[in-house]
Amino acid sequence: MSLVHWYLLIAAGLWGIGCYGLIRGPELLRRIIALNLMGAAVFLVMVTLAARTDPADGVLHALVLTGLVVAVSATAFALALVARTLSESA
Amino acid sequence: MSGDFWFDALLGLLLLLLALATILARQLAAAVMLYVVFGLMLALAWARLGAADLALAEAAIGAGLTGALLFSALARQPKSLAPAQGAGRVERLPALLLCSAISAVLGWTLWQLPLQPQHSQLPAALEQLGSSGTEHLVTAVLLNFRAWDTLLELLVLLLALLGTRLVAAPEPAALQHWPLARQWSKRLLPLLVLVAFFVLWRGATAPGGAFQAGALLAAALVVLRLNGQLPALRFDFWWVRALILAGVLAFLLAGLLSLWLNWQPEQAAQWLRWPLPLAKGLILLIELSATLAIGLTLTLLVVGERKELGA
Repeated sequence: MSLVHWYLLIAAGLWGIGCYGLIRGPELLRRIIALNLMGAAVFLVMVTLAARTDPADGVLHALVLTGLVVAVSATAFALALVARTLSESA
Repeated sequence: MSGDFWFDALLGLLLLLLALATILARQLAAAVMLYVVFGLMLALAWARLGAADLALAEAAIGAGLTGALLFSALARQPKSLAPAQGAGRVERLPALLLCSAISAVLGWTLWQLPLQPQHSQLPAALEQLGSSGTEHLVTAVLLNFRAWDTLLELLVLLLALLGTRLVAAPEPAALQHWPLARQWSKRLLPLLVLVAFFVLWRGATAPGGAFQAGALLAAALVVLRLNGQLPALRFDFWWVRALILAGVLAFLLAGLLSLWLNWQPEQAAQWLRWPLPLAKGLILLIELSATLAIGLTLTLLVVGERKELGA
């Protein structure tokens, strides 16, 4: 089994774990973390696919870098929404 | 069996274990901490896969800032789980079966992928690298070949900030400051600022660039702010607004400039294509303003936009 195959399998496993966490919860915050895990799995697939060539494919790396920043923005917004939900329901 | 093999095997299993522990941890605080550790391990995996840029960004953004974000969200969580939240609990077994099935299909599909990429953009990108104004491929892709993505990404950051501002909830009780943390943050600040600008400058020839630098800058500001060593930063301040908007504006102006310089009658307009003599300068200008904008935006996303009670 090659390096690429190994990390691809890990990514598939991570995605499944994240998906389970998203369904199971129970807290909203944990669901957001689970979504982030699923995102990390997708990024891992892209980075692993980039590693098939030598040197690694910088084009894919740049896309993942953009994705990372978008992911953290979305997380921040989601967390603000959660905070608002909690303060409204309290 | 070489050392590399064991390293990858252990790292992969550790990633899975940490993810599982994050989901299953009984306490939310433990879940957040495990997620931060997961982010650091992921950064290690990316360094292993030859993505030094991403390892830097993940360590700063994925583990550092997301961790800070999650911890400040944690402070707002009710102490015990409200019964209403637990009432809608899904049956666990079907969820487990569904996710394992999807995961297995995903794994099987990914396993079928060829080991040789068939439609790689890499050769074309490497060919163009000489005329991009930078020697590092990732920087060239981000700020030249696919500059559109980066421009829109800055807009996404701005939108997230505005959205967060709109829904901002009142702030819980003030944090207590730990003396050791206060001492540390004072000593870390100059180092972080130095490293941030070093990473920015290095981005022209080696892994590094605006996003990593911005994230490091944000980390420095967040640490100071959380330790109460920085006066409140708010989007209402004119200079904060100016710096954040400057990131997008510098990009747009550079785009318009390129449109004007590339103008040739009877040819399709070329937007965001830097003419070679100006490329390096333009990229540096955009990166510098983007770094400051990203740093401030991320800082405000984590600590800034709080309506302080009674303020």
